[in-house]
Amino acid sequence: MLLNQFLVLAAALFAMGVYGLLVRRNMVLILLSVELMLNAVNINLIAFESYLVTPEAVGQIFAIFVITVAAAEVGIGLAIVLMIFRNRKSANVDDLSLMRW
Amino acid sequence: MTFPDWISEPVNWVFLVIGLTVLVSGFRVVTSKNVVHSALFLVATLAGTAGLFLMLSAEFVAWVLVLVYIGAVVVLFLFGIMITRAPMGFDDSLDGDHKVAPAILSVSVFVMMAWASIDAFGTSLVASTGTATSTELIGESLLGRFVIPFEVVSFVLLAALIGGITIARRDLTPAEEEERAAV
Amino acid sequence: MVSGLYNLALVTAQEGEHFELHAGDGGFWADTAGIMLVLPVLAFLLILVVGKRMKHKGGEIAVAALAINLVWASVLFYLNATGGVLDQTTFEIGRIGSGLVFELGWVVDGLSILMFWLVNFVGLLVFIYALGYMKGDKRVDWFFAAFSLFAGAMLILVGAPNLIQLIIGWEGVGLASYFLIGFYWEDLANVKAGNKAFMVNKLADVGLVLGAILVGVALGSWDFGDINLAAFEGNAELAAVAGVGGLLLFIGAMGKSAQFPFHIWLPDAMAGPTPVSALMHAATMVTAGIYLMARLFPLYEYMASDLRTTMIVIGTITLLGVGLLAIVADDIKKVLAYSTVSQLGYMMTAMAAGGYTAGLFHLFTHAAFKALLFLCAGSVIHAVHSNNMSEMGGLRKYTPVTFWTWIVGALALSGIGLSGFWSKDEILGTLSHEGYEAVMWISVAGAFVTAFYMARATFLTFFGTYKGHGEPHESPRIMTVPLIILAVPSALVGIVNIPGLSLGRLRNYTEWLSVRLVPMGDHHPEAIDWGLAMIGLAAALLGVLVGYAIYFKDAETQLERDSFEIPLLFPLLRKKYYIDDLALGIVALFTGPIARFVNWTNTYVIDIIPNAIGGSVKALGGFVYGVLDQKGVDGVFNGLSAATDGAGSVVRKWQTGRVQQYAAAVVAGALILVALFVFVI
Repeated sequence: MLLNQFLVLAAALFAMGVYGLLVRRNMVLILLSVELMLNAVNINLIAFESYLVTPEAVGQIFAIFVITVAAAEVGIGLAIVLMIFRNRKSANVDDLSLMRW
Repeated sequence: MTFPDWISEPVNWVFLVIGLTVLVSGFRVVTSKNVVHSALFLVATLAGTAGLFLMLSAEFVAWVLVLVYIGAVVVLFLFGIMITRAPMGFDDSLDGDHKVAPAILSVSVFVMMAWASIDAFGTSLVASTGTATSTELIGESLLGRFVIPFEVVSFVLLAALIGGITIARRDLTPAEEEERAAV
Repeated sequence: MVSGLYNLALVTAQEGEHFELHAGDGGFWADTAGIMLVLPVLAFLLILVVGKRMKHKGGEIAVAALAINLVWASVLFYLNATGGVLDQTTFEIGRIGSGLVFELGWVVDGLSILMFWLVNFVGLLVFIYALGYMKGDKRVDWFFAAFSLFAGAMLILVGAPNLIQLIIGWEGVGLASYFLIGFYWEDLANVKAGNKAFMVNKLADVGLVLGAILVGVALGSWDFGDINLAAFEGNAELAAVAGVGGLLLFIGAMGKSAQFPFHIWLPDAMAGPTPVSALMHAATMVTAGIYLMARLFPLYEYMASDLRTTMIVIGTITLLGVGLLAIVADDIKKVLAYSTVSQLGYMMTAMAAGGYTAGLFHLFTHAAFKALLFLCAGSVIHAVHSNNMSEMGGLRKYTPVTFWTWIVGALALSGIGLSGFWSKDEILGTLSHEGYEAVMWISVAGAFVTAFYMARATFLTFFGTYKGHGEPHESPRIMTVPLIILAVPSALVGIVNIPGLSLGRLRNYTEWLSVRLVPMGDHHPEAIDWGLAMIGLAAALLGVLVGYAIYFKDAETQLERDSFEIPLLFPLLRKKYYIDDLALGIVALFTGPIARFVNWTNTYVIDIIPNAIGGSVKALGGFVYGVLDQKGVDGVFNGLSAATDGAGSVVRKWQTGRVQQYAAAVVAGALILVALFVFVI
C-alpha cells in the first residue's frame, strides 16, 4: 500500500471538513465538521506510524491523544452551544455576530 | 509502482472500497440538508476510518475510535442536535449563502496538501508487518515514555468534565436559591 | 574742565567817559555763581519726582532754591555795588576744528549781577505768592516744577558768557513759558494761547539763531567779551556782518520782548495763572530781548548804528500803538499786558537811541512795579473770581492792602513821583540828548496814555460800587506780604539812579552797570533836567485827571461807567488793529497746503518702507500660517489622521463578528504559509 493513498485520502477528508466549517450555519454541524478534520489528522498519523514504524508506536499514541482531546473538546463545545442556544434561542451562527464593528 | 501493480494487490481493493465509503460519507456530512443525516454520515465516516486503521495494523486505536468517537461523541452530537431544537427534517437554510469562496479554499487546501505529500513521498510504501501493533506496546509507551502527556490528558478530561457541567448548568431562580440556602 | 578766567586788565577808561573801571574778581562768590544757574533746574527735577507728596506740592523746594540763589545774588550785588565784580568762568564742551569753541559757564559783571538779583528777588516773592494763590488748584506740583525750570532757564540766559548758552537759556525760557501759559489745558483757548506764544517766539528765534551763527562764524567766537571787544576795536570780519547779524539778532529780541508786530502773543499769554504773568511777562522773560540788546550794545553802538533808526521806529510804534490798546481792554490782566508791551517799547527805544543805562534802569524799575501790579491783579481776581473789570468795582473797601499796593504800583507806572518817574525821565533825557526830539514827544504822549489807562483801571476796579457776585474778601497773608514787600522797591528804587546822587558806599545804579568789559559810550546826565522831568510829570498828571473825569463816577453797571468812546479809534483798538486776524490769515493760508504736502510725503515717501516691511511681514505671516501651517504641517497631520481613519474604517469592516469568516481567513493564511514553506523554502 502506498503511503500517499492514505495521505491523499486524509487530505481530501480534511478539505471537506474545512468546507463544512466555513459553510454550515448550524453550530452543531460546524462542530461536526471539526470532528471530520480531526479524523483526517488521525488517519495521517496512523499512516505515518505505519510508514516509519517507531519502536514506541508514537503515531498511534499521538492518535489516541487526539481522540481523547477531541472528545473533551466536543463536550465543552456542545455545552457552549447549549448556553448560546439558551441565551439567543437560536443555534444559527450568523446570529452570533455581536463582536463586530 | 505503477497503477496496475497497485491494483493487483488485494489489500488495495479493500482500501478502495473503504476509502470510497469514507470519502462519500465525508462529503455527505458537509453537504447534507438534514442535520441528523449529517451526524449519521459522520458515523459511517468514522467506521470507515476505523477500518483503515485496522488495515494499518493499528488495532487498539481503531477500537478506541469506535468506542469513543462513535459510541460517545456522536451520541453527544445527537443530544446536542435535539437540545438545540435543530430542524428535524430537510432544511434549506442549513448552509450559508456564500459557498464559492469556501469551496475554492477547501479545494486549494486539498491540492496543496496532496501535492505536498505526493511530492515528498512519491511512491513510498507503508510497511506491511502483517501483525498488528500489540496493545502491550501501546500500554508501555503510554505509561513509559508518554506518561506525562497521559496524566495531563487525564487532567484535560477532568477539566472538560467539570467545565462542561459548569457551563451548561441552569441558573437557579431566586426561589430555588433561597430554598438551597435554607437547607 | 577748563576754567577760563577772563583777563581783567584789558580795558581801561576810554577818553570822554566819566568813569574808570574798578573791579575785583568777586572771589569765592563769583567762582561759585554757577550754583544759581543749576539750583532751579535741580529743583525742577526734584519737584517732578517728589513734589506730589509734599504739603505745598513742591512749592517748598522751588522757594528754597530761589532763596539760596538770593544769598549769592545779594552778596554779589553788594560786592559789585561797593567795589565792582568782573569775572567769567567757562567750561569747554565742544569744538569745531581749531576755530569755534562751544563753552558753557557764567559771566559775572555789572549787568548780569543786576539781572541775577532781579530774577531771584522778584522770583522769590512771586513764588511765595504762588504758594497761596495756587493752593488747592490742580497739578500744582507741575506748576512749581515748570516755574522752577523757567527761573533756571532765565538765570542760564542772563549768566550766559556766549551766544550759545544764551540761546539755550532763551529756548528753555520759551519752553517753560509754553508749559505755563497752557497750564489750564482743559480749555482749548489756553492751549491755543500757549501755541501762539511758542510759535511767534519761534518765528523770531529764526532771526536769533541765524544772527548768532553769522556773528559767531564771522568772528570765530561766540563769547560776548570777544564780540564786544571786537566791536569796540573795529574788527573787520565783524564789521562785515554786523549790519545783517545785528538786524537778525534784533528780530530775535523783538519776538521775546513783544515788539510790534511780534507783540500778539503777550496779551493772549494772560491765559496762564497770574503768578506766571507776574514773573514772566512783567519782570523777566520779556526782558530777555532787552537784555540781549544790552549785552551786544557795543555791536549796535559802534558797528551797526544804521540799524538804530529801524529799531527806534519799531520801539516807538510799540510804545504808543500797543499802549492805546490798554484803554479798551476789559480784562484787568490784559490792561497790564498791553502796558507791559508798551513799557518794553520804551526800553527798546531807549536802547536803540543809545541809552544803555536808561533802558536798563527802566527795565529794573518796571520789573518791580509791574510784578507788583500783576500780583495785585491776581489778588483782585482771587477775591472776585473773575478777570473782567466789568464784574468789579468798589474793591478798595474789601481789599485794602491790595488797593494801597496797587496805588503804589500805578503811580510808579504812570511816572508820578515814584520809581517810574525817575526811569522814564532818564529815557526822555537820553532821547533828547541824542537828538531824537520827535521820538521824545511821542514818548511824552505815551506817558499820558499810560497814566490814562491806569487811572481807568484803578477807578473801575477799586472805586464805585461792587458790581460782581458774592462777597469779595482780602487775600491771605501769604499773598499780601509779597505785595507789601514789592511795594517798597516800586516806590523807592528810583533813588538808586538819581543823576548826580550817590549812595555812599553803594554808589549808584550807573556805576553798578558800568562794571563791564567794554565801555558802552552812553550818556550819563550829571544832574536832573528839571524841564524834561516836569513835562513828563505834567503829561502823567493830565492823564490821571482825564481818567478821573471820565471814569470816576459811579453808574448802574460797569459797562455804563466804561462807556466812553472815541469813534473810529476805539473800534479799531478793540480789533487790535486787525493784526491778530492778519497773522491768523497768513498762517491759515500756508498751513493748509504745507500740512497736505507733509501728509503726502509722509504717506507716500516716508511710510513706504515701514508699510512695505509691514506688508511683507504680513504676507510672510499669512504665508506661514496659511500655507506652511494650515496646509503643510496641519495637512500632514490631518492627512495622517485621515489615513488612519480611512484605514481603520476599511479594516474594521473585517470584524464582522462571523466566526466562519474568521475561520476562512485562518485557513487561507495557513495555506499561504504552507505554500511558502513548500515552494519557496
